[in-house]
Amino acid sequence: MFKKILIANRGEIACRVIKTARKMGIQTVAIYSDADKNALHVAMADEAVHIGPPPANQSYIVIDKVMQAIKDTGAEAVHPGYGFLSENPKFAEALEAAGVAFIGPPKGAIEAMGDKITSKKIAQEADVSTVPGYMGLIEDADEAVKISNEIGYPVMIKASAGGGGKGMRIAWNDAEAREGFQSSKNEAANSFGDDRIFIEKFVTQPRHIEIQVLADGHGNCVYLGERECSIQRRNQKVVEEAPSPFLDEATRKAMGEQSCALAKAVGYASAGTVEFIVDGQKNFYFLEMNTRLQVEHPVTELITGVDLVEQMIRVAAGEKLSITQDDIKLNGWAIENRLYAEDPYRGFLPSIGRLTRYRPPMEVAAGPMLENNTWHGDAPTGETAVRNDTGVYEGGEISMYYDPMIAKLCTWGPDRASAIEAMRVALDSFEVEGIGHNLPFVAAVMDHPIFIDGEMTTAFIEEQYPDGFEGVTLDDANARRVAAAAAAMNRVAEIRRARVSGRLDNHERHVGESWVVQIGKGEPLALSIAADHGGSTVTFEDGTTMRVEGDWTPGDSLANMMVEGAPLVLKVDKITHGFRIRTRGADLAVKVRTPRQAELAALMPEKLPPDTSKMLLCPMPGLVVKLDVEVGDEIQEGQALCTIEAMKMENILRAEKKGTVSKINAAAGDSLAVDEVIMEFE
Amino acid sequence: MKDILQELENRRENARLGGGQKRVDAQHAKGKLTARERIEVLLDEDSFEEYDMFVAHRCTDFGMEKNRPYGDGVVTGWGTINGRMVYVFSQDFTVLGGSVSATHAMKICKIMDMAMQNGAPVIGINDSGGARIQEGVDSLAGYGEVFKRNILASGVVPQISVIMGPCAGGAVYSPAMTDFIFMVKDSSYMFVTGPDVVKTVTNEQVTAEELGGASTHTKKSSVADAAFENDVEALAEVRRLVDFLPLNNQQKPPVRPFFDDVARVEDSLDTLVPENPNTPYDMKELIHKIADEGDFYEIQEDFAKNIITGFVRLEGQTVGVVANQPMVLAGCLDIDSSRKAARFVRFCDAFEIPLLTLVDVPGFLPGTGQEYRGVIKHGAKLLFAYGEATVPKVTVITRKAYGGAYVVMSSKHLAGDINYAWPTSEVAVMGAKGATEILYRSELNDPEKIAARTAEYEDRFANPFVAAERGFIDEVIQPHSTRRRVARAFAALRTKKARVPWKKHDNIPL
Repeated sequence: MFKKILIANRGEIACRVIKTARKMGIQTVAIYSDADKNALHVAMADEAVHIGPPPANQSYIVIDKVMQAIKDTGAEAVHPGYGFLSENPKFAEALEAAGVAFIGPPKGAIEAMGDKITSKKIAQEADVSTVPGYMGLIEDADEAVKISNEIGYPVMIKASAGGGGKGMRIAWNDAEAREGFQSSKNEAANSFGDDRIFIEKFVTQPRHIEIQVLADGHGNCVYLGERECSIQRRNQKVVEEAPSPFLDEATRKAMGEQSCALAKAVGYASAGTVEFIVDGQKNFYFLEMNTRLQVEHPVTELITGVDLVEQMIRVAAGEKLSITQDDIKLNGWAIENRLYAEDPYRGFLPSIGRLTRYRPPMEVAAGPMLENNTWHGDAPTGETAVRNDTGVYEGGEISMYYDPMIAKLCTWGPDRASAIEAMRVALDSFEVEGIGHNLPFVAAVMDHPIFIDGEMTTAFIEEQYPDGFEGVTLDDANARRVAAAAAAMNRVAEIRRARVSGRLDNHERHVGESWVVQIGKGEPLALSIAADHGGSTVTFEDGTTMRVEGDWTPGDSLANMMVEGAPLVLKVDKITHGFRIRTRGADLAVKVRTPRQAELAALMPEKLPPDTSKMLLCPMPGLVVKLDVEVGDEIQEGQALCTIEAMKMENILRAEKKGTVSKINAAAGDSLAVDEVIMEFE
Repeated sequence: MKDILQELENRRENARLGGGQKRVDAQHAKGKLTARERIEVLLDEDSFEEYDMFVAHRCTDFGMEKNRPYGDGVVTGWGTINGRMVYVFSQDFTVLGGSVSATHAMKICKIMDMAMQNGAPVIGINDSGGARIQEGVDSLAGYGEVFKRNILASGVVPQISVIMGPCAGGAVYSPAMTDFIFMVKDSSYMFVTGPDVVKTVTNEQVTAEELGGASTHTKKSSVADAAFENDVEALAEVRRLVDFLPLNNQQKPPVRPFFDDVARVEDSLDTLVPENPNTPYDMKELIHKIADEGDFYEIQEDFAKNIITGFVRLEGQTVGVVANQPMVLAGCLDIDSSRKAARFVRFCDAFEIPLLTLVDVPGFLPGTGQEYRGVIKHGAKLLFAYGEATVPKVTVITRKAYGGAYVVMSSKHLAGDINYAWPTSEVAVMGAKGATEILYRSELNDPEKIAARTAEYEDRFANPFVAAERGFIDEVIQPHSTRRRVARAFAALRTKKARVPWKKHDNIPL
């Protein structure tokens, strides 16, 4: 076995690999750019080598620099993680030449699977199901109709130079095929100056399901079940799970066996993933093979108990696989949510900055990883598992240079429902402040009926959130639970307030039992609260009661409550007359007032937020570098208006529509807060 | 007998009606609460003791003798906020427009006298059309009496003004002399002369909101300390402020039970100061992470943002915080920030509230804009305020502490009690670049030499150790243990006694 390996990556995956290496007694070497000097993976590794400036093309993906780091540290093998150099055959070649093991597949397999057309051909030859289609170019509409009939409707007519939906048509019959061919051709000619057209099967209700394979250098290959990754946003996976709620045993077996056949066909030796697109009738078609460790590998680990990184290292060291296909049992259910530094309320705009707070939920061990003793760390055991693969820490910086994914939160449960429920609680307990992030969004997905029913397709986000994400409104039952919890917290806070020193003896304030809770602009809920040693009982106006227990004290940012015996985890901040509460993806202003205060508050005018459609708001805290327009200027859509420097990066703010500048509120050199009005238009 | 008792109830009922249902409705329609409703929100339930409910004016001019409503446009008395006593007056706009008559002023003066005698804060809720014109000079005399008491009470009991409607002309000077002014957005305004007079005299056209609304006074003029969305929110926040304040200048600031670990370690503070000395960071994060439960009551949040002032608690006890904010103008001192902080420091000193100063200051803002407007004297206000303050003073330098501004910011030299510095501190006359350009003017043409000189200077002075060698810094501390160190410093200073030589009063450069 290797004594020392270098991890040619950063972030969570570098940390992930280091954990397994450490468990195996292998020394680790991290590499880092200027931006990652204080990164977690550097702190975790036994050694760290600086390899250049922040941009990846000047550091992490410069083969010479990585090779030098290997040489300087005497690492015997390299784990490339994902991205960066992981599927770069030149890197594999350089390692081979230097006599350093690559913890990944042979160079030939990377090359073969790296090209879309070659990989599809190899797949066809290995009897892997591929999307039926005509790869050649099509002359005229008649030929298009003929080919469409051979493939079987519906078909997709595509410009070979196409992209961004342009030059693409779906046809369900001959007439549409004829019409679609012509319009695709015209559009392609206009858009790309290349009117070559091809046709393939259009996959309806497509789902993205992939098979994890593991092969050694001795001709053995096993598959470790599938992962469902249908919930994607612009081809970026957001939620993954294993197994898929859609597959049956027969389909799984067929997909697994074909995947192994493909792996063998290219002489694969390492962990790899074969991606399929699966239609509503469980027909599956090969998309591509990823010749690396996938981001979402933990869900497979959680249901199989196999440490994939360990297996990759063993295979790279020349060991034979110690597991056979029969050893692999899929046990329970695992879900992964990717935490991105992207603000869901601002069109998932990347958000950078300082993590002023970063408190992931406590990790809990359960399931196959616990049984197989492949769990990392000293997590306590439980009924369901929580695993958080992360590369950041509180006080760390999210920079603009790399992938915005900052953590992968996974849960495991004996079945899908328990895994989802564990995930909901884990998400509610996950504290991230200082940057925009997608926790509220994934929390919303966990409560979405289509996801709960396992009926999602790759169009899920596009179809369910066509106008972006606007937050979550709690249903009445959950709103009442939150109201009861807020009343209980408020009681604690008020009693503490009434215990300040300097009171007028014998005339102390008596904290009352009747309160009115208002969530956002919702209907006020009148209730009374009675406390005893174990907690409090909240009685609503209609006579229904709720039992609330919890040890929240003022200042706790997280409230772990039990409401009617079921856990309710709230993120809590103090606001005037109440709390800001975040739970289940909802972000709520919860007011708790005495009945009289509530009555008077009802008299207060509702103030509408100012119309910001004719304003340019500062999207991030930063410094005005320059203003490109003056009052009275006519501006065009897309015209540069002003430049804001934030985190050493210059951001040009552009006009969203035509107009005239009517007022400018900022000058060069001003520092602005988020949402400050820079200028106004007419 | 029963009838006599009933007569009292009838009269009370009559008084509580104020200006009648129609005017109450009009008040509500403007989004405003009535004088009594405001008191209900402000005070603990059922704690209000009203005085002078049946006071009526004595004016007989202009037919006023026919209109003598009970209370005379102001409700006065005392009550409790979380069990602690406060005196309150609340002007009633529904009664003669809340205008100030001799008797109206007398009512206010009465509770102010009681407040001074018994040592409890005065909270004034202002919603008044101004002087009662029918009374002429009697009304002005009334204002004068109130002013006199504002001045006498200053530094004796905390005085808080809440502006919840018009407050114009001479009337503004009573709130102006109190410790804090709060306003309500869109429904309150303050000015010495209204838009009509402005138009006549200067031909300047301006709305009441632009001239003296909440936004103007919190952002531009700094007359107001904070503005809130509506009456209910504003009064709730006044309650929150009162919880931080001592009842009078003879008492220690209040302490309340707290649920936070005094020794809480915040590892993230070790990375708060960025590697690049010119990169800003948010000082408020440090304040939140030092404070009990992250609770911070900011004063003048929207004005002179290059300095932060406000209250936190440490071990449950109130502490005033003054901190440079590197996010705005690099945290430099200028006229506005010096004035803002100086007034805050003096308030804390007057009421025995210990002071925590967090320093990252590159110096004073240069330029004619500052010098012409007298930055010398305004800057001296902060220097003076810190120098005369005898309350416990703890200072933490996080990064830059340059030049005169270093001395100003509660340095050891101004009788700072405990002065800490983070290892990232640079206590020096100025930044390395500026210093070498002066010291090695002759080498300016040689960038290599200058760079070497700069590095040399940085090595020698861009750290806290030169100051620590001299004892100007008591201890260099780890950022992550700042809360514990600061809390212990204040704990050790609980019994501090400091005296200043007798004087009638000082002569701070106003």
